[in-house]
Formats: sequence, structure tokens, C-alpha cells
Amino acid sequence: MAEILVLVDHTDGAVRKPTLELLTLARRLGEPSAVFLGQGADTATEVLGRYGAHKVYVVDAPEVEEFLVTPAVDALTQIAESTSPAAILLPSGPDGKETAARVALRLESGLITDAIDVTADEDGPVTEQSVFAATYQVTAHVTQGVPVITVKPNATAPEPAPVTPAVEKWDVTFGPASAAVKVLSRAPRERSDRPELTEADIVVSGGRGVNGAENFAVIERLADALGAAVGASRAAVDAGWYPHSHQVGQTGTQVSPGLYLAAGISGAIQHRAGMQTSKTIVAVNKDEDAPIFDLADYGVVGDLFKVLPQLVEEIERRRG
Amino acid sequence: MKIVVCVKHVPDATADRTFTEDGNTDRESVDSLLSELDEYAVEQALRVAESGVDADITYLTIGPDDAKDALRKALAMGGDSAVHVSDEDIEGSDAFGTSLVLARAIERHGFDLVVCGMASTDGTMGVVPALLAERLGVPAVTHLDELAIEDGAVTGRREGDSATVRVQGTLPAVVSVTDRSGDARYPSFKGIMAAKKKPLETLDLADLGIAPEQVGRTGARSAVDTAAKRPPRTQGEIVADDGAGGVGLATFLTAKKFI
Repeated sequence: MAEILVLVDHTDGAVRKPTLELLTLARRLGEPSAVFLGQGADTATEVLGRYGAHKVYVVDAPEVEEFLVTPAVDALTQIAESTSPAAILLPSGPDGKETAARVALRLESGLITDAIDVTADEDGPVTEQSVFAATYQVTAHVTQGVPVITVKPNATAPEPAPVTPAVEKWDVTFGPASAAVKVLSRAPRERSDRPELTEADIVVSGGRGVNGAENFAVIERLADALGAAVGASRAAVDAGWYPHSHQVGQTGTQVSPGLYLAAGISGAIQHRAGMQTSKTIVAVNKDEDAPIFDLADYGVVGDLFKVLPQLVEEIERRRG
Repeated sequence: MKIVVCVKHVPDATADRTFTEDGNTDRESVDSLLSELDEYAVEQALRVAESGVDADITYLTIGPDDAKDALRKALAMGGDSAVHVSDEDIEGSDAFGTSLVLARAIERHGFDLVVCGMASTDGTMGVVPALLAERLGVPAVTHLDELAIEDGAVTGRREGDSATVRVQGTLPAVVSVTDRSGDARYPSFKGIMAAKKKPLETLDLADLGIAPEQVGRTGARSAVDTAAKRPPRTQGEIVADDGAGGVGLATFLTAKKFI
């Protein structure tokens, strides 16, 4: 069966959910092999096997942490040249996309980024993408070389398919370009008890109407009652009320949860591009003319500082 | 210091954008302008020049005749000259074709620093800066929220996939900056007038030694099969809060099994 390379996204061996989604998608195309860069492969191997990785290629070299992107490009290119995979899947993010592009250039292959679905066709993988601020759905395929595809989080639900992976250690020869950009310091994203924005099934977001950093507690309380992640509009982030890592929109994170609840967000195109593929959308806004209501499956025209606390109270009451 | 800023003339992102029959971005039906995300690149280049570095800023774009508008807009913000690569064989290029044309034009001009936006607002891939660096054989210090040029190196802060990192590369280098790097200035009236007199050079593929089949639809390594407009979302029930808006919302969420 054709081998599919999947680049693992992890922090010290803790594998992130989008990687499990990639393994799940890779099984539609062939037999997944995980490419693990850095430290912690021992921890990661079990979970990678549980989601169907027949092989785990481990590159435990300090360069991977010390330099930006290019060591991963060297590693993935060399593994691809020697294994001749039928496709290479990576997570969509600045690191994943840049790695993918450079690997594709070196392999003289085609590249598709930000796929929201990948299916198998006779001639290879077919991707689905959401474009023009999520107003169009595009299917495409790579026409040259090994298809290199980056996939957005939540493209599919991770499904286990346990195997015991064969672990192969790789010695990668790093070229001079791999040391081009030095990582001076690294601050891993703060982990909270809430689900991650890209992975959550429910997202509760606040915007300009929240009117202050301290008021985001109202958004957080509802998020916690629903087991949701917290999002913020660009206006709220630019105002310094909530960290940029929570920004939903064209230039922030693009989410597609089961439920998206927008509070005090008008719904500018910038924001809509990041959330309008959500399955159910709920809006709470004082302004009945806010464009967000055009997208909403349910909307409340009212004061979020009254509606949200009442909703939290009602959720708690219903749950007894 | 020779700075080249890559800019793109794109269909207005706030308008209803669409595709042509052959699956390319339709550039006729919607007004085009300088990509908003490239304004941040222009701004950062101008700030480098204003920081006391002796800099010469050139804007570079690829596109049909009206792509010059993006160059004039950038020149109105500041900077010295512009290069417009225009050739009908470029139409339909993917990121590989685009980065090849840009790289050749940058090599021809010479550079110490290339500045790009984080992505275009139409293609949104965000890979051209990395591909440029790969082709030019220089560091890619990309996706920066903050940058400083000191002692022949560029240092910046990058929000990566799972961590915020401080990164550094030596010049010559390619950098890309995000929409958080600093608000872009508006062109002044004086700037707009001055822009009309700044030199603008037009090149074609032959000038850059690129064969037509290396770029355009022929050179593209991927193809669009279908492009379908998503059915617009339909508005559901919108209620005015009568004092029980939260309870009503809870009932909706319960029916949808979110509670």
C-alpha cells in the first residue's frame, strides 16, 4: 500500500489533535507514516500508532529546535526522497505551510494549502478548500510530483485504528541553509484548561461590544459553562483586551466548530472569513442591524451583559 | 541598503469575489487595489528607512497593466522606485511560478532585504516569502509581528504553530510581516503627487530569462477541478431580548443538543 507521510505537530512529545486528524485522513489515501522531529518520540509513538501510523520516522536532532522551519524541510525532503510516498500531509499553520512549500519546491512537486477535506481519487488525493472569505468551496488536485498538502484543524474527526508502529531513527544531513534563521527563544503557547480554539467543538467569542479586558470574564464564564474555547474579534485583540492567539478571522485563526457564539461582534468580513463555516452560529448584539445576524441561526438583539449571565444561570439550572 | 517590497494588486476583499470559467480569480468583475496585508510590508520598509539606515526602497509587483495602481499607491506612501513585471504568459501562475518571477526580478535588481506581507488577501496561501527565500538562498525571517534591523541581521517575533518565538537571520534576507506589525500610514497629498514622478520600470518574462512554460497555467503544479459558491447562510430566528433572552437562547441550544 502507498505510504503517506504525516508531519507530527507536538510539544515535547505531546501530540496535538490536528495530527490525529491528518493520520485519519492519510488512511484514506494509503498507509500513514508519521515523521516526528525533536524530542519526545517515546511518548508520542503510542498515540501515533493508535491513530494508524504504521511507521514513525524519528529525527531527534537539536537543529530542529535551534533553527526555524529549514531543518524540518531538510528532514522531510530526505525522508520523502528515500521513501517515495504517495502524498505528504502537514498541519496548516505558518510553520507547516512554509515547510510544505519548501519541501514541494525541492521535490518539484505541487502544493495545496489549507485543505478542509482530503479524499482519494484514482489519480491521487483531491482536496477541498474554502476560499474568498469562505464564500466559495473549491476542489483541486496536484498535477506534478508527490502531492504536498497542508490541512486545517477540524477537517475530520480523529478515528483510532490501532497498530504497533515500527520506529525508525533517521540521521538527517542538514544543509547550510538549515541554520539560516536562529530561534533565540521559544515561549510555548500558554495552556489553559479550556479547549484549544482550533480544536473546540464550541467557541464563544467576544468583540468590540465586550468593551474592556476585565469584561472578557463574561465570555469566559459562558465558555466554561459550555466547555467551549474562547475567541475574540480583531477589534478586541487590537484593543488589547484578549491575546492574539485567540483572534478569530482572516488573519487570525479560522475555526469551524459545531457551535459558534458571537457576543458583541458586528461581523465584519475579516471576522466572517474566520467563522462562517461553523455548523451553527448564534449571535448576541445590541445593534439589530449588525451583519453578524445575517449569518446567525439564532440571534438575540440585546445587551450581552444581561443575556450571557442569564444563559449561564439557565445552563446550570437545566443541568441541575 | 537595497530594500525590495513585494506587493500584489488584488480584488477588493470586501466585495463579492468570484472565479472565471477556467478556475482563476476573476479580476474583472471586482475593483482591485493594493492588498491590505501588503500595506504592512510597505510600512515596515519605510520605518527601516526612517530609522537612520541609508535605504533605497523599490516596490515589485506582477500583474496586468492595472497592477501599476498598487505600485503607485505604495510609492505614494513613500519609497523610491517600482518594478512591474507584466506578461500574459504569467496568467494562471501558482505560488511556484509567482515566486520564480519575483526571485528573478529581485536578483536582477539586487537586494539586502526583501519585505513581504504575510499572505495575499486573495490567494491567502502565505508561502511566497518562504519560496522566495528558498530560491534566493537566503534566510526567511517570516510571519513577524515585530522586527528590528541591527548589525547586519534581522530579529523579530513570530507567532508560530504552537509557540511564540524570537528569531534572527543575517542579511541579505526575506522577511514577511503580519497585520500586527504596525498600522500602515495613509498617503499624503504631497506623497500622491510625488509618486507620479518616481521611476517605474516594466519588465516581461524575456527580460528575466524565464521561459513561458515555466510559469502560468502550463507551469502550475496544481489544478482547480470545481469552484462552487457556498449557499449563503440563511438567517434563522432573531429575537429581541425581552428580559428572558438568555433563557430563550438556552432553549435553542438545548434543542440543538449543545446543552
